[in-house]
Amino acid sequence: MVKELKAEVKKLNFYYGSVQALKEINLPIERRKVSALIGPSGCGKTTFLRCFNRMHDLYPHNRYEGEITLYPDNINIISPEIDPIEIRMQISMVFQKPNPFPKSIYENVAYGLRVRGIRKRAVLDEKVEKSLRGAALWDEVKDRLNHLAFDLSGGQQQRLCIARALATDPRILLFDEPTSALDPTATSKIEELIIQLKDEVTIIIVTHNMQQAARVSDYTAFMYLGEIVEYDKTDRIFTAPSNRLTEEYITGRFG
Amino acid sequence: MAHNSYKKLKEKAIETALFLSALSSVLITIGIVVVLSYESFGFFKEVSLKEFLTERQWTPLFAEPKFGILPLVSGTLLTTAIALIVALPLGLTAAVYLSEYAPHRLKEIVKPILELLAAVPTVVYGYFALLFLTPILQKFIPDLSGFNALSPGIIMGIMIIPYVSSVSEDAMKAVPMHIREGSYAMGATKLQTAFKVVIPSAFSGIAAAFIIGISRAVGETMVVAIAAGGMPNLTANPLEPVQTLTAYIVAVSLGDVPHGTIEYKTIFAAGITLFLITLIFNLIGFWFRKRIREAY
Repeated sequence: MVKELKAEVKKLNFYYGSVQALKEINLPIERRKVSALIGPSGCGKTTFLRCFNRMHDLYPHNRYEGEITLYPDNINIISPEIDPIEIRMQISMVFQKPNPFPKSIYENVAYGLRVRGIRKRAVLDEKVEKSLRGAALWDEVKDRLNHLAFDLSGGQQQRLCIARALATDPRILLFDEPTSALDPTATSKIEELIIQLKDEVTIIIVTHNMQQAARVSDYTAFMYLGEIVEYDKTDRIFTAPSNRLTEEYITGRFG
Repeated sequence: MAHNSYKKLKEKAIETALFLSALSSVLITIGIVVVLSYESFGFFKEVSLKEFLTERQWTPLFAEPKFGILPLVSGTLLTTAIALIVALPLGLTAAVYLSEYAPHRLKEIVKPILELLAAVPTVVYGYFALLFLTPILQKFIPDLSGFNALSPGIIMGIMIIPYVSSVSEDAMKAVPMHIREGSYAMGATKLQTAFKVVIPSAFSGIAAAFIIGISRAVGETMVVAIAAGGMPNLTANPLEPVQTLTAYIVAVSLGDVPHGTIEYKTIFAAGITLFLITLIFNLIGFWFRKRIREAY
């Protein structure tokens, strides 16, 4: 089977002011696969993830160099000529801590559609149901869609955030340590969900949990000090890493 | 050993001093409530509560006095309502700008200036309403009398903008960044994020800010005493002169009403009414502020 790329990172450098946080990053992102970014705290994996939806543009003095090409349209995500809002319309993100809005369950999922100006009730209803089903939350909330999202448990809130991210049919879905604030049961539900979702959408996930990377991802990149040390198929990274640093990290000798 | 007991004594003395100063403010509050209740009890021995609440005229100094509080309450509510129509939208807009848009440096300049509005003595605002704003308004509204509810209402609104904006801004700033990021990540603009996510998230704080503004307007005295006129008037027309509870109290306190008479006691009846109105708003505000802390 021919590998198909959804995006490709070429010579990416990223700076917080004068501090260089990412160095010469090259990475292919396979279409409809899960790519995991692992590495010790402070290695730049979250910084890297937040380049994909231009979150760094929200804060002053941040600077990108290089290219993240989105296929098939060949646009450079981090080009200053590209409006970050355009990018965020196509690339959704699920955060470390569940961050539902102070709205009903329904309105949380409909949020992305509303900001795109979609008002037709029938369209919203359909998308909300589809997204909640996609996030394996529909059966739990279908009778209380107008309840406040804060009434849900932490795990349910995170699945709600996944539904919210799915509602706009993103081309890439970014996960930033999505289970770090959740208990084991909620975590395994989210992991199952990620594996299911890759049939429809390309996924990049940052995780500090190596077992999680091994369980959910197809490809893994090991990052250290702002660089990618090794990138390969996940089972190779975890069984036969070619770099000594990678091996030391995955066997728990540092990190 | 001696040194040690000296130290203990000093600690004890400090503790007692702190306790006494805390106690004094509590005692003063209790004292005010007791005096207000006692004197208005004397009032209500002579005037029935029914007359007080249903009579449509307030003319305690006339030969045939009428003791209906409604004209003063309506004067207070009318000027307060005008003030809120000015202060709430402007204060909230200023807060959105300061919290979500203003660059840090500009904010450092604008915020103190805005807060300076609250530092202007209210008597200055009163004359500003009477001698500056009213003549201007009269050019556009020929029917406007020299004393009216509109002009002091607007000025009071301007006066309480800093209260509304400062507390609302604090509430918006307290909204965690990851909530905003959630909105931006969905492709929302800054404006959409501010109005659809930040304001609803800060709702209880903003409501508390509004309540503080209301309490401030209800209790404001100088501006209305100077510019609203001195005639108790049961009306909802902002172009007419009105008298508020506070302005009535000032007017009678400054006059030569003999101590112990029913006229004298009307001050306390008006005072306890004012006290109850502000107490209710403060309780609502307190309840909202308590809810902010529970939100995150």
